[in-house]
Amino acid sequence: MAIADVAEYAHLTKDEVEQLGREFDAIRAEIEESRGAKDAAYINKVITTQRWMAAGARIGMIVSSPFPRARKPVLAASAVTLGLAKILENMEIGHNVMHGQWDWMNDPEIHSSTWEWDTGQPAEQWKHSHNYIHHQFTNVLGVDNDIGYGVLRMAREQKWTPVALGQPVYNALLAALFQWGVALHDLDLEAIRKGQKDPEEMKRQLKQIAKKGRNQILKDYVLYPALSGKEWKSTIKANATANLMRNIWSYLIIFCGHFPDGALHFTEEELEDETRAEWYLRQIFGTANIEGGPLFHVMSGNLSYQIEHHLFPDLPSNRYAEISPRVQALCEKYGIPYSSGPLHRQYGQVLRTVMKLSLPNKMTKDDRPPTGADITIEHRRKAEEERQIRRTELGGWSRSAS
Amino acid sequence: MTWERVRKAADKLTTPLLPDDYLTLINPLWSSRELRGRVEQVIPETEDAATLVIRPGWGWRYDHRPGQFVGIGVQVAGKYQWRSYSVSSPPVKSGRTLAITVRAMPEGKMSEHLVRGLKPGTIVRLATPAGDFVLPDPPPAKTLFLVGGSGITPVMSMLRTLDRRNTMGDVALHYSSTTPERMIFRTELHELAARHPGLKLHERHTDTDGIFGWDGLDHLCPDWRERETWACGPAPMLDAVELHWAAAGLADSLHLERFSLAVTGDGGEGGTITFQNSGKEIEADGATTVLEAGEKAGVGMPYGCRVGICHTCTVTKISGTVRDLRNGAEFDQPNEQVQTCVTVPVGPCTLNL
Repeated sequence: MAIADVAEYAHLTKDEVEQLGREFDAIRAEIEESRGAKDAAYINKVITTQRWMAAGARIGMIVSSPFPRARKPVLAASAVTLGLAKILENMEIGHNVMHGQWDWMNDPEIHSSTWEWDTGQPAEQWKHSHNYIHHQFTNVLGVDNDIGYGVLRMAREQKWTPVALGQPVYNALLAALFQWGVALHDLDLEAIRKGQKDPEEMKRQLKQIAKKGRNQILKDYVLYPALSGKEWKSTIKANATANLMRNIWSYLIIFCGHFPDGALHFTEEELEDETRAEWYLRQIFGTANIEGGPLFHVMSGNLSYQIEHHLFPDLPSNRYAEISPRVQALCEKYGIPYSSGPLHRQYGQVLRTVMKLSLPNKMTKDDRPPTGADITIEHRRKAEEERQIRRTELGGWSRSAS
Repeated sequence: MTWERVRKAADKLTTPLLPDDYLTLINPLWSSRELRGRVEQVIPETEDAATLVIRPGWGWRYDHRPGQFVGIGVQVAGKYQWRSYSVSSPPVKSGRTLAITVRAMPEGKMSEHLVRGLKPGTIVRLATPAGDFVLPDPPPAKTLFLVGGSGITPVMSMLRTLDRRNTMGDVALHYSSTTPERMIFRTELHELAARHPGLKLHERHTDTDGIFGWDGLDHLCPDWRERETWACGPAPMLDAVELHWAAAGLADSLHLERFSLAVTGDGGEGGTITFQNSGKEIEADGATTVLEAGEKAGVGMPYGCRVGICHTCTVTKISGTVRDLRNGAEFDQPNEQVQTCVTVPVGPCTLNL
């Protein structure tokens, strides 16, 4: 079941919602004002650490190859270090830089317009599918392609077909091959299946993906193994392990941000005349946090603060920790649920949904709180001309809001 | 060239980064991705001015023309701030450093930081030399330099070049400063004048002697009409010089360098946006975003949400000012990254598109 009007669902008056919006705007303004040398030092330190880790791991794999006795432990340590480096690069660095979180530094080398990340998907396509489609239309059925990524049925409103029976298998495959799932994401598999994709655009995107993917594969599975000489096979294994580590970890964090029971869905009616304050409200209802220690937050790219990230996608990630208690206090004040839990609980709920939704709705019980009309949505992204209209409207509210 | 080829081949190992991104872990200057430099020395010149000796990193070519300026980007409170300063060192092909001389301006946070807050070892960003306030090669037979205050810096680069190449010729230098102590390069100028009989140095200390009246020029330098003239200094001085030369019908032999930016037109919003790479130009009013204007001009603008969230539309603004519609913040730094979907031009501006 999905929400058609977020303000009504939250039992808030129009004025209360707008007041809440102003409180969020105030937090944003305060953080923007206080960005400075400490934040810049933080991201530079993370980048330097990550690059040393990656370089160390690669060099370790090469120089240990002629020494049979040292090979095993060095290779194992290198594989793990490379995996951690890839996780850091993709999540705390790449994802956040591409969101424009560090654009304020005016550093052309750490900038959303120039960053390219260490994964199969070209940055340009990611910025469209993620920054725009997902963050603008978060959890709106039929519009946000992140609800199941066109592969899984993650909302009861999505039509059941016998194909869904294989969900547990698709889910495991998606986790293991997450990098490539993400790489194909902006193609919009759903649109292709329905023949709604512009073939010219698809060709352009595929070419871009092929070029990027080729370089990624060449690096991990041809060049570095070749540099390890006779030990090439074990280097391939080590690199595959590193990529698998990164794939499973990023899959886990991302799924736990949007698919636990506390993250709700919306119908397209919600988007009509939605104000910026209502957009904020939808972000809170549509996302969930994961609890953990400071290192856990860094390794998850601070996406464990998924609610804060969705409210302020372009504020520096190292500040989400201090924003979080303020957001919680506001949620309490306005009586809005703030969905948060440890990784095992959040993922447990995700897995349960994957399993349950592989079956038709009538065979299972809904775990989410009742939200609204029981409707069925054909998953379909808005036609291009309709989206153009929506863009202009949004431009209007954003400006008049401040 | 082989080195270039090795680095290019190494691309495949470091993709999607460049080998330079890893080499900078060892030495921050080993990168040609962005022009960088390391501050080697900060030499005090006067109480409020200092010369920064900078060692440029890879990719820098020591071929600036005497009188040109360079852009320097320094991280202040986490943010790269860009300013332009005249190069005061002469161009030397085999050089390893370049020097700029900066005076701390009252209210000038950045110049204050450069003069007093910059420690040797700091890594800065550089932009290639630019500007047409330059000395031709070979130099004219008779030259007049009119200098006010820190306007001496580009002229110093020219004088040092003339000295190095031993082509000083007949040069008159009129140098105004409030007091002798605030006169940058005073000692070096005295030495130059002692060595080159052709160089006539005239100093004026405006605190005691008052401001120079241009009617006095006939007396000070009777043949000024025959001289190719370069003038650099505060705006009122340059305005007076410009008028004086125009009145004599000699505007063609006068070269000016203005340090202070002209105040933006009538203070109203809107302006002409120039797209550097495509050469397109469009007039935009204060309600049309840079993105909308660019699209109207037929430029392939990057865009995403169009409401300032996704940063897909961010591009480099080379010069000019834009205002953020959301909060009124103005972005007036050269080489600044701006979100085109939520900004409007304030006066003319140029984008790297």
